[in-house]
Amino acid sequence: MTYATCQRRGAIEADGMKKKRVLAIASGGGHWQQLMLMRAAFQHHDVFYLTTLPGLADQFAATPSALVPDCNRDEKIAILRAAVVIAWRLIRYRPHVVISTGALPGVMALALGKMIGARTIWVDSVANAEEMSMSGKLARRFADLWLSQWPDVAAETGAEYAGAVL
Amino acid sequence: MIFVTVGTQLAFPRLLEEMDALALEIDEPIVAQCGPVRGVWNNITAKRDMPPDEFQRNFEQARIIVSHAGIGTILSAKNMGKPLIVLPRRHEFGEHRNDHQMATARYVQDLEGVYVAWTTAELRPLLERHDLQSASNDPGPSHTALVSRLRDFIDA
Repeated sequence: MTYATCQRRGAIEADGMKKKRVLAIASGGGHWQQLMLMRAAFQHHDVFYLTTLPGLADQFAATPSALVPDCNRDEKIAILRAAVVIAWRLIRYRPHVVISTGALPGVMALALGKMIGARTIWVDSVANAEEMSMSGKLARRFADLWLSQWPDVAAETGAEYAGAVL
Repeated sequence: MIFVTVGTQLAFPRLLEEMDALALEIDEPIVAQCGPVRGVWNNITAKRDMPPDEFQRNFEQARIIVSHAGIGTILSAKNMGKPLIVLPRRHEFGEHRNDHQMATARYVQDLEGVYVAWTTAELRPLLERHDLQSASNDPGPSHTALVSRLRDFIDA
């Protein structure tokens, strides 16, 4: 983790704005695809990526990165394993911001990230055109910025709509 | 080649029947991933189960993609840079549990490379056009607005 230690000193960007540490986490598949479509929002900071599929981050040149075991609500042991990995990464990296597009590991990263003082962002998957995803509903109480990519879903749930990756 | 996909969850006979009929009138092979349905289409190559690699290959080789207004297909067309024609599923025909694909279609009709056939009759004129743009991952106004909102929040 010498990289994170190095990041921790805080680099200064050319325009004088202090770089932040951003932890960006998404499960493999559509969630990850959408997170990658949002990179322009945070790639000028120091970013650490977490995802669930081996090789996926490298395929998108998303470095540094690490794996987190995938889990869903029915797998208590897997949830525990994922929580330990996420907590460990959060403690080592100490992000200023945690951003996720889903699914459950992302919710856990927001919840645990808040405990160490990070600001948190949830962007619900664009696939959820009718209602907020289960993960999105769970993420609500841990998200400082809680977005749906559909105006109707946002209006219904009280989420914010700011656009979509479509 | 024209590649038709209806997703894996629901049948969409209205689209497949129309494409099967059009196959006799247009001089271009049609391959279809037809979803969970038993049907007989004589003029198109229809497959119920299509493994991901075969799906990907058909998608890549197609001149045009024709599909329901599903988000997965729209994202795939953008990723692979293909012109996409969508026919939204209608609740009144029992094609989906509500009319959300109409909302999706209204939303995506402004995207470059995405064309909406509001009825099956609108499919043929679109298929006969040879000036269809390809969809792309270049961010449109909505995408740019989202990134900008996130960036402002993160930078603050």
